[in-house]
This record gives sequence, C-alpha cells and structure tokens, in this order.
Amino acid sequence: MTVTTMSVEAEPIVINQSKNTAWRRFLRHRLAVFGLVVLLIFLLMAVFAEQIAQHDPYRGDLDQLKQPPSATHLLGTDAAGRDVFARLVFGARISMLVGLTAVAISSVIGTLIGLVSGYAGGVVDNVLMRFTELVMTFPTFFAVILLVALIGPNILNVIVVIGVLGWTGLARLVRGQTLSLREREYVTAAQALGVPLWRILMRHVLPGVLPHVMVAATLLLASAILTEASLSFLGLGVQMPTSTWGNMLNAAQSLPVLTNQPWLWLPPGLCIALTVLAVNFVGDGLRDALDPRMGNR
Amino acid sequence: MTRYILKRLLLVGPMLLAISIITFLFINLAPGDPVLAMIRPEDRVVAEDLERLREGLGLNKPLYVRYALWLREALTGNFGFSYINGEPVLKRIGERIWPTVELMGAALVISTLMGAVLGILAALRIYSIWDYALSVLSLLGLSVPGFFLALVALYIFAAKLQVLPAFGMSSAAVGTQNPGLADHLRHLVLPAMVLSVELVASFMRYTRASMIEVLNADYITTARAKGLHERVVVLRHALRNAITPLITIIALRLPILVGGAIIIETMFQWPGMGLLAIQAIQQRDYPVLMGLTFIFSVLVLFSNLLADVLYAYADPRIRYQ
Repeated sequence: MTVTTMSVEAEPIVINQSKNTAWRRFLRHRLAVFGLVVLLIFLLMAVFAEQIAQHDPYRGDLDQLKQPPSATHLLGTDAAGRDVFARLVFGARISMLVGLTAVAISSVIGTLIGLVSGYAGGVVDNVLMRFTELVMTFPTFFAVILLVALIGPNILNVIVVIGVLGWTGLARLVRGQTLSLREREYVTAAQALGVPLWRILMRHVLPGVLPHVMVAATLLLASAILTEASLSFLGLGVQMPTSTWGNMLNAAQSLPVLTNQPWLWLPPGLCIALTVLAVNFVGDGLRDALDPRMGNR
Repeated sequence: MTRYILKRLLLVGPMLLAISIITFLFINLAPGDPVLAMIRPEDRVVAEDLERLREGLGLNKPLYVRYALWLREALTGNFGFSYINGEPVLKRIGERIWPTVELMGAALVISTLMGAVLGILAALRIYSIWDYALSVLSLLGLSVPGFFLALVALYIFAAKLQVLPAFGMSSAAVGTQNPGLADHLRHLVLPAMVLSVELVASFMRYTRASMIEVLNADYITTARAKGLHERVVVLRHALRNAITPLITIIALRLPILVGGAIIIETMFQWPGMGLLAIQAIQQRDYPVLMGLTFIFSVLVLFSNLLADVLYAYADPRIRYQ
C-alpha cells in the first residue's frame, strides 16, 4: 500500500532523551505496570515449574481420574488422573517458550529485512518489499495450521512456523523508519567518514528503530501466544503428553467434559486470556513511554 | 485512480501464480503420504495396492508435471479432484462457501454496528469512567482467545441454560422436514456472536480514535461557534468523517476473519470453508488444500485492494501513484 497521508516527520523524533524518562512514563501507565507484574508472575511460574507444581504433570494417578479440585489437587485431575495445576504450571513454560522464541525469530527477520530494504533502496528494496507482500498474502492462520500439519506438529515446528510467518508487518515498519533515518545528518556524516555499511546499520540506524521494534514485538508476542494456543487447542500444534495451555483446553471440545468438568478448561483459558491481556497492556504502555507520538491506535 | 487499480489488478495474477507454486511445493515436498492417510490400518494393503492408488491419483509423476496438471485444472475451472471422494475441488469448496459467507457476514454486521456505536460513545465521553471501562473491555476482547470465548458461550448458553443449540446449522435430522429459518438463525447466534467479539473490540478502538481526532478538527469548532446544537454537530458534522476510515479497517480485517472462522466453524461444526480446511488437513486431501489456499489468498489480495480503493474514495485527499 502506498498511502501518502502520514504526516512526514516535521522534526526528528527525540527518543530516549534519557532512559529514565521513558521508564518513568511507563510506570505512570498503571495498566502497563499491572501487565508487567502479571507477566513476571507467569515467567517465574514457567522458570520454577518444578518447585511450584508439587505433582508430576505427566504421571497420572489412576485412582484419581477426573477429580474436582481438592486440597491435594488444587485444580483437580484430568481424564488420565494427571494434576491439572501441575500441567498448568508446566504449560506456562511451553506457552512462554513458544511465544518468546517465535517473536525473537520474527523480530530478527523483520528488522534485518526492513533495515536492508529501507537503507539500500532501489532494486533491493523493491525485491524485498514484493517478497514481503507475497508472504503477507498467505492467509496467516490457515498457512500456520497447514505448514505445521505438513512438517509435523511439535514444539520446534510450531515455533519456527509462527516465527517465519510473523515478520511482515515489522519489516514494513522498520523500513519506513529506516527511510527517514537514512537522510539524517549523522548518517550522512558516518557515510562520509567511510564507516562500513554494516556498522552504520547497527550503530546508527538500528538504535533509532529499536523502540518501534520493541512495541511491535510486544504486540507480536500477544498474537504468537494466541496462535500457539489456538493451534494446540485444535490438536494441530504441540502434542500430548506435553502440556500447553492450548492443548489442555482440547479435551473441552466434548460437551460432557465442557459441562461437567469446568476445572479442566477454565484455568488454562483464563491463563491465556490474562497473559495476552497483560502483554497488550505492556505494549500500550511501551508505546506511550517510548514514543508518545506514535499515537493511540 | 483507475490506472492505479489496473496496475494492482495486473499484479494479482503473478502473485497468485507465485502463491500456488509455493503452496504446491510445500504440500508435496512435506513428509507425510496422502495415500497412507487414505487407507485404514486394519485393512490388509499390499505395496502393489498403494502403487495403484498412487498412479490413479497421478502421484507417481514428477513434481513439475503434477504442478502443470494442477494449473491446467485450475484454469479450466474445477481445481482438480478431491483425493477423498473424487469430487471436483471447486464443487466441494463451492458448497461450503455460503455458510462461511453467512457466518462472516453476520459477524461483520454485528461488529460494525456495535463497534461504531461504542466507539462513538467512548469518544463523546472521553476520559470518563465509561470511556475507561470500554477501553479495558476492548483490550479484553482482543486478548481472550476466540476458542475460549466459544467454550464459555457453549457452557453458558448451550449446556447450562440450554437456550441455544450447540452444533451444526439446523436441527434437521436426516430425512425429516426442514425446520425452517428461525431454527437456522438460532444456530447462527452463538458462532456469529463469538466470531464478532474480537472485531467489535478492534472496530471500537478505531472509531474512538478517529472520532476524537475529528471532534478536535477546526470545522467542528466552527460548527459549534455558529451556535449549532451539539447533537447536530455530532451527528451531521463529526459522525460522517469519523466513520469513513472504518470502511478500510473492515476490508483489512476480512483475511483475519478467515482465521477466526476456521476455529469457530470447527468448534460449532458449522459446515463452512473453515471446517473443510481442518478436515482436508487431517485427511491430507492436497487438492482441496490447494484450492482453499488459492481462495483464501484471493480474498486477502482483493480485500487489501478494496481497502486501498475505499480509502481513496472516502478521502479525496489520498492520492496513489
């Protein structure tokens, strides 16, 4: 799309006058702080899953099938007698792992393609952007399901597919920012001094686009977690016995389970919703903190 | 403008060709054998049978020949034949289009109306408790996964209250009389509502932002300075300008709606293209998958184009080169 309404940078965006200002602006955003706290709790849960869980998430107790929540099993047990709370805690680990690594992949690809495309211009830019549009044309969720199903549903493939299909928006964003940064005096000065291309990109252009990348990556994290959950929920993502929040909900596709054992599907569902909500809050806060001019969209 | 549209339309052909080649390669080079997926393990099948099946489906030919054959089938109009029941792919997809269009259409109508109304209310009462509550609610709507929302809706309305049907498009049993439109609409309520939640949230956010922008414009100040009634200012001057950008957003959301429809149709057993997609993936019905990828890509390409065109149409200040 070549829409030309964007108000062209009137003055350079002064990002990070000091890191403290941005941090203070973030702290003023109460929902963002709430989101950050929630995320930290889930992250701790993921890291210390062994210590928190109290039960083995994989070994079922055959005398304790489909038990409602009790003192020994805080959130009850599933159809194989496994402790739901333990699976929830270990599920946090998988969901976080998949989300964070997939976003890392998307961010690296998107940033590199955007930087090169915006800085090089000309044929390179043209080729890279047409390629980006091609990837964007694939209906994302369908493409993710299809690819994961074809190459085999396991954690690694889920991460790679979500990561490899998720970078397009970021690449276009970075390209746009690079286009304007390229014309700055300090970049021209670096070019005149004979600073190598790679160094110009990494030292002079990248820091300028990084805040935008951070905000975009946060929003990507929300969608990556949702995608993994949906995929695993449909039984086409991470497979049993590994527990993720998504595949814990899979059992609830049958009406009797849905009706009679709400402890099986309510907790993981709430965890997904809470995590994604927290990520979105943090994203909002980051946007306001790093660049108030990015607007409220 | 016409030239711009023509230029974009010219790109559609090569784009679709590239997409079909990439999809074809991925589908056919991926591990997994459609023939093995077809047979039941309890049947005694020997290697010769498998070979015969492969030959019958044309799977023993080299890859480029198979692609050429697929392309010929695509251009002549039936997109090949399903591995599962031998029906033309276009027929199989064709009978699934209308339910999906119906479901997505209902969700779009609900979400556009609700999103616009709530967004305008939030903008008019900006920074009030209502605005605050709506913005938290909209973020919640964007964060709750559709399938979880569907489970909650099924739990409340179908399992506990038993006021709405859980699955399918009608309660007609095989061989009985068609139970009629009202019954059909009752089946539509839950999936359409669940599908629209995310859209309501996102449309609301856009409408609110755009309405706030418009309300701060000079011509609104002028209108107020003329002494016009606030109602007239809002309804006649602000509303039109605030709503137009929403058209673009709706067009841009269409492809994302496909993803939502896949999940929702599967959960509610709504016999549309999304349910077909999941079935075809499970059965490794490659021709149907190729056809679906093609149709979904066409939808993405044209809704992007539609978004650009509508945007320029709604706002004459936009120029495309």
